[in-house]
Amino acid sequence: MMDIIKNINWSPLFVSLKTGAAATIIAFFLGIFAARLVMRAGKKTKWILDGILTLPLVLPPTVAGFFLLLLFGLRRPFGSMLYEKFDIKIVQTWPGCVIAACVIALPLMYRNTRAAFEQVDVNMIYAARTLGMSERKIFWKIIVPIASPGIASGTVLAFARAMGEYGATSMLAGNILGKTQTIAVAIASQAAAGNYDVAGFWVVVIVLVSFTIVAALNIVSGSTSKNIRRWE
Amino acid sequence: MAFEVSIKKDFGEFRLDISFKNHGDRMGILGASGCGKSMTLKCIAGIEKPDQGRIVLNGRVLFDSKEKINVPPRKRNVGYMFQNYALFPTMTIEENIGTGIKRDKEKRNKIIQEQIEKFQLKGLEKRYPRQLSGGQQQRAALARIMAYNPEIIMLDEPFSALDAFLKDTLQQELFETLGHYPGDVIMVSHNRDEIFKFCDTLSVMDQGKVAAGGNTREVFKKPVNVISARLTGCKNISKIQKINSHELLAIDWGMKLKTTEEIDQDIEYVGIRAHRLLPGNTNERVNSMKVELVRYAEAPFEAAYLVKNAMEPDSKDIWWISAKKEFDSAAIAGLPKYLVLPPQELMLLQA
Repeated sequence: MMDIIKNINWSPLFVSLKTGAAATIIAFFLGIFAARLVMRAGKKTKWILDGILTLPLVLPPTVAGFFLLLLFGLRRPFGSMLYEKFDIKIVQTWPGCVIAACVIALPLMYRNTRAAFEQVDVNMIYAARTLGMSERKIFWKIIVPIASPGIASGTVLAFARAMGEYGATSMLAGNILGKTQTIAVAIASQAAAGNYDVAGFWVVVIVLVSFTIVAALNIVSGSTSKNIRRWE
Repeated sequence: MAFEVSIKKDFGEFRLDISFKNHGDRMGILGASGCGKSMTLKCIAGIEKPDQGRIVLNGRVLFDSKEKINVPPRKRNVGYMFQNYALFPTMTIEENIGTGIKRDKEKRNKIIQEQIEKFQLKGLEKRYPRQLSGGQQQRAALARIMAYNPEIIMLDEPFSALDAFLKDTLQQELFETLGHYPGDVIMVSHNRDEIFKFCDTLSVMDQGKVAAGGNTREVFKKPVNVISARLTGCKNISKIQKINSHELLAIDWGMKLKTTEEIDQDIEYVGIRAHRLLPGNTNERVNSMKVELVRYAEAPFEAAYLVKNAMEPDSKDIWWISAKKEFDSAAIAGLPKYLVLPPQELMLLQA
């Protein structure tokens, strides 16, 4: 066991954490934005937007990976344009990891945030308006704090999902040690190569990390909601 | 101090179409739930946009559909107290009171302190709204509005969230505080007692329209139509047929009634308040009705009798409420043979 730990290349842990963090930050703002966008949209648009935003949650991640390859593939119009004009390569790179993880994690952020926003008593918003607050201030000072338990749990779930992403990531970003190999990808490839001890080690690591996340989830949603009485 | 409202808004099955003026008075809007009272306040506050019309507050046009003026709520400078007070749950009482103040920090803290003292919220500054009682929450909501220094204060069913026991004290408190407020105050309620206690003038609202209006005492004393009679608490209303200038047939009660007032052509109903019927043992007095008991209900201080005209089996019920003199004896013994509908107590009503 000590041998394994001594010889282990820790990069998958850091790639995973980095990917998770970056994808969560992007999903956080995108999710809040998307939640507002969908809430404001007309009935039909709402239905379509909600469908698109939720699809990655219900489809196999490989389907998302497939669509991402269609978009960013170097032989595809958009991907080749990015590469030739801006020298940006998504396929087989770390940004690819982040994009894949973000697409998969976004629905969790979006849905939790939207549900939390829809719970906000509209009279709070009206009262804030009549008290002279600007819409921006109302959003950040009134609505977001009231919705914070939902937003926090959305964020933590999004982080957990982003960290554990395998399907879309392996298709778009591949399996490059030190660059795009996340823990999830490492487990699959080590197990495929018969290295059950290394795969097992990563399994232990991811179980510990996930458990920490669940604990964090309970702490944040518990602490932020202490000022709002809820069903127990 | 004055404001003027004249607005229309179509909600499909429901149309709001109202207009009224006020000059610094405490004004009441009395109406059943769903009559459009709260919607009217929301239109004045700018939360809802009327389809057409005009709203002017102290000479400032807040809304004018023809001139395409629609001042956003945050610039209207109106104070709106919501039914559930709408205190921000994630902010302390202090922070709540501070939300409407647009001054530098020092001035702001001074105003917050003033309001906290004025509304007896000392010691509760750092608490969150849910840690306060209903009455304290109401005071905090009012403190928040006062700190904002609005030109008009609108109270939306201010006591509906409180239990009856607290109501009386809190009403008194609220009325005293608002007594010093120089601007216009509008209170919306379905409760005639609250309106009567608090308001100088009154508009009765029904199905999106102002059914009657004027000095509160006058509206209570002499409601002009059926809806104002009913909303000001008149339980007994009957359709009529005019016989001559001072006599009518109350169709629902199956009896002829003499009136002191002359009966105009547009009068279609007659009403009498349940407290104003008089007991009698003979039918000698004018407008006497031989009664038989339909139902009886006893409250702590008064007894309510639901009776009907004994001579007319098909006639409709009529309420008589009499103050009780004692608690123990069964008040039912107090129902007389006859009830008198004194001519001077009859209210002649338009449809």
